[in-house]
Amino acid sequence: MESALSIEILMPALSPTMEEGTLAKWLVQVGDTVKAGDVIAEIETDKATMEVETIDEGVIEALLVAAGSQGVKVNTPIARISGEDAGSVQVAPPIATPAPPPSAPRIAAAPVAAAPLADPEVPAGTPMVKVTVRDALRDAMAEEMRRDPDVFLMGEEVGQYQGAYKVSRGLLEEFGDRRVIDTPITEHGFAGMGVGAAMAGLKPIVEFMTMNFAMQAIDHIINSAAKVHYMSGGQISAPIVFRGPNGAASRVGAQHSHDYSSWYGNVPGLKVIAPWDAADAKGLLKSAIRDPNPVVFLEHELLYGIEFEVPEGDEWLVPIGKAKVRREGTDLTITAHSRMVGFALQAAEELAGLGISAEVIDLRTLRPLDTQTIIASVKKTNRLVTAEEGWGPMGVGAEVIACVLDGAFDWLDAPPVRVHQKDAPLPYAANLEKLSLPNAADIVAAARAVTNR
Amino acid sequence: MDKVLQEGSYVSMAGKKSNSTASVSPSNLVSRDEALAYYRDMLLIRRFEERAGQLYGMGLIAGFCHLYIGQEAVVVGMQAAQKPGDQVITGYRDHGHMLACGMSAREIMAELTGRIGGSSRGKGGSMHMFSKEANFYGGHGIVGAQVALGTGLALANRYRGNDQVSVAYFGDGAANQGQVYESFNMASLWKLPVVYVIENNQYAMGTSVARASAETELFKRGISFEIAGEEVDGMDVLAVREAGARALEHARSGKGPFLLEMKTYRYRGHSMSDPAKYRPKDEPKQVRDTRDPIEHMRQFGLAQGLFTEDDLKSIDRDVKEIVADSADFAQTSPEPDPSELMRHIYVDA
Repeated sequence: MESALSIEILMPALSPTMEEGTLAKWLVQVGDTVKAGDVIAEIETDKATMEVETIDEGVIEALLVAAGSQGVKVNTPIARISGEDAGSVQVAPPIATPAPPPSAPRIAAAPVAAAPLADPEVPAGTPMVKVTVRDALRDAMAEEMRRDPDVFLMGEEVGQYQGAYKVSRGLLEEFGDRRVIDTPITEHGFAGMGVGAAMAGLKPIVEFMTMNFAMQAIDHIINSAAKVHYMSGGQISAPIVFRGPNGAASRVGAQHSHDYSSWYGNVPGLKVIAPWDAADAKGLLKSAIRDPNPVVFLEHELLYGIEFEVPEGDEWLVPIGKAKVRREGTDLTITAHSRMVGFALQAAEELAGLGISAEVIDLRTLRPLDTQTIIASVKKTNRLVTAEEGWGPMGVGAEVIACVLDGAFDWLDAPPVRVHQKDAPLPYAANLEKLSLPNAADIVAAARAVTNR
Repeated sequence: MDKVLQEGSYVSMAGKKSNSTASVSPSNLVSRDEALAYYRDMLLIRRFEERAGQLYGMGLIAGFCHLYIGQEAVVVGMQAAQKPGDQVITGYRDHGHMLACGMSAREIMAELTGRIGGSSRGKGGSMHMFSKEANFYGGHGIVGAQVALGTGLALANRYRGNDQVSVAYFGDGAANQGQVYESFNMASLWKLPVVYVIENNQYAMGTSVARASAETELFKRGISFEIAGEEVDGMDVLAVREAGARALEHARSGKGPFLLEMKTYRYRGHSMSDPAKYRPKDEPKQVRDTRDPIEHMRQFGLAQGLFTEDDLKSIDRDVKEIVADSADFAQTSPEPDPSELMRHIYVDA
């Protein structure tokens, strides 16, 4: 029977983006007396296994969620204890995970509209498998490392920890610490070392825990990697991939939420990729690793846990420099990259309900930008909305509009409109963060403005 | 007998200077051929740089141009200690390193004049030249960047399991850059085959070491990373060679990085546009009169009977000819075709 003083222990959120997780194991049973600091359970997310500690004393009255339960939503009551104070739990630092969790739970963190168009690049009859963006990236690296002994991965927590976001899960076990190198927290130094190794002919993949930290290393990305081929008159090159999550996550504040698309997109000598779905994440990362040039590969934390269909097999390559028409339409063109593609597709769906037919272009590669596909689309639709998560000034949208003015000026029936983050550092407060980041409604509003409907 | 013993004047190990000038090892032996080669290589750098300065004054070389005059013994001594395949990387004062690595005077001088015959087809300039053939990895204009890059070359050596050592040169100014210590840490942690050579010419542009460094004994800068360091008389090519051989052997044998601080001096300003008013007016002259590396080698060789004045005259003539030829080439090689502007931005996939 429930005591008057009993308290519920809730499923904790273990990371800014966690919405659900697996209750892997109970370490207590009904009737056990617990005191503050006792570890009562282990919870697995797709990123880590964490211990849950109680802060209060009492007797376990009931375990409300069975061990092994997957997809337990944050804030679901998982146990009840009798106690004198209001109960709460504390999350202990992650414990070492000898083996990665068997299945990655899905996180529905961003809108996922089914792409209505069949991918023209998938050969007919290719079986499709459901894979998260996270695992697609891992598979891409693993396949390329199997294929080419010169490919190796270095970065913070890529090895023993299995990746700060678990993108490199299992790679250390397969390839060993010669090819999966845990670095100290020294972005400037290890990025430079990666470029040096690339200049010597190896093909490093340098993972930044987030692209925000790559700002410490941007000198090597630009001054060393991007320019060496030119400065040497073609003698030396830097076949290297710099990759990591870019842009906003979930309430991680101004210094962990920066979108660098336009920064890197500005630099000749670099190729810049920002995929949305898992098939592109995999196919483009494989192409990036094989490319003889330095490639900046911008991922998105809020996409990592999302599943998409990916063609089976280890020869799935998506060409760099080619945009993808995600949805065909006739009234306006919406360009987007990375997570904004999901919003653009959602907006297109809503616009369809209003009788407006939107064509959605996933830019996928920002440098070289596929201007042909954009211009051809605008020549058909005569109207343009650009969507990007970062700031507007000097941004990707500005560049897309410039290329449309250059190639389809006479076809435009209305001034293009840019959708982007508010021109302020990203705030922490939930309401303000939401206000600042662009979403599907913003794209719908922009689309209605350019179509005058 | 064509070998003599040369006193090794070096300071050993992390922390303490010792005055063990009596230390003599077999590597101090120098043959006539070696002595002549070092003299010749240093003289080539000296004469090449003098000519580059002259062409700069004539407006044929532009931009930044940092001359190596005074520091010749450092690269020549290190190069003498290296094995074929060892990589070299340095900052922007790089002409001497390229000549020492075996790149031709022609391709370097033509790069300085921005011509198609230059090592980077005229697109790199004084600070940005490279040669895969000569294992020279630049030529970097961002102070300290070459230290991380050079450590990456060492990482590649380790990855491939080869026998090569990367030699990363940097100045007393770069020695204060953060990435140098990030690199030290990883190089030592992973026992990478790299030799760090600080060319302490006493001035980071216009700022003396004393005004910029809390610890002015730069060979100690590796202590907290467990990197052994030595101070070396960088004006003495044989002392450099001996210390270099020890450091290279240390790195090559799997013991990890080694740090050499070369006490040296640049006679000219930081770059061509620098009148060097931050140091006493007679300081360069004093160093030149008492510690000049080429003069030192000349007197040593003559005194030891390693070579004669006639030998040296012949070398002087050869060097003069090479430099004159490079200057001619640098002025007659055409400017790059406009089509070069958009070439080599990307490697064709």
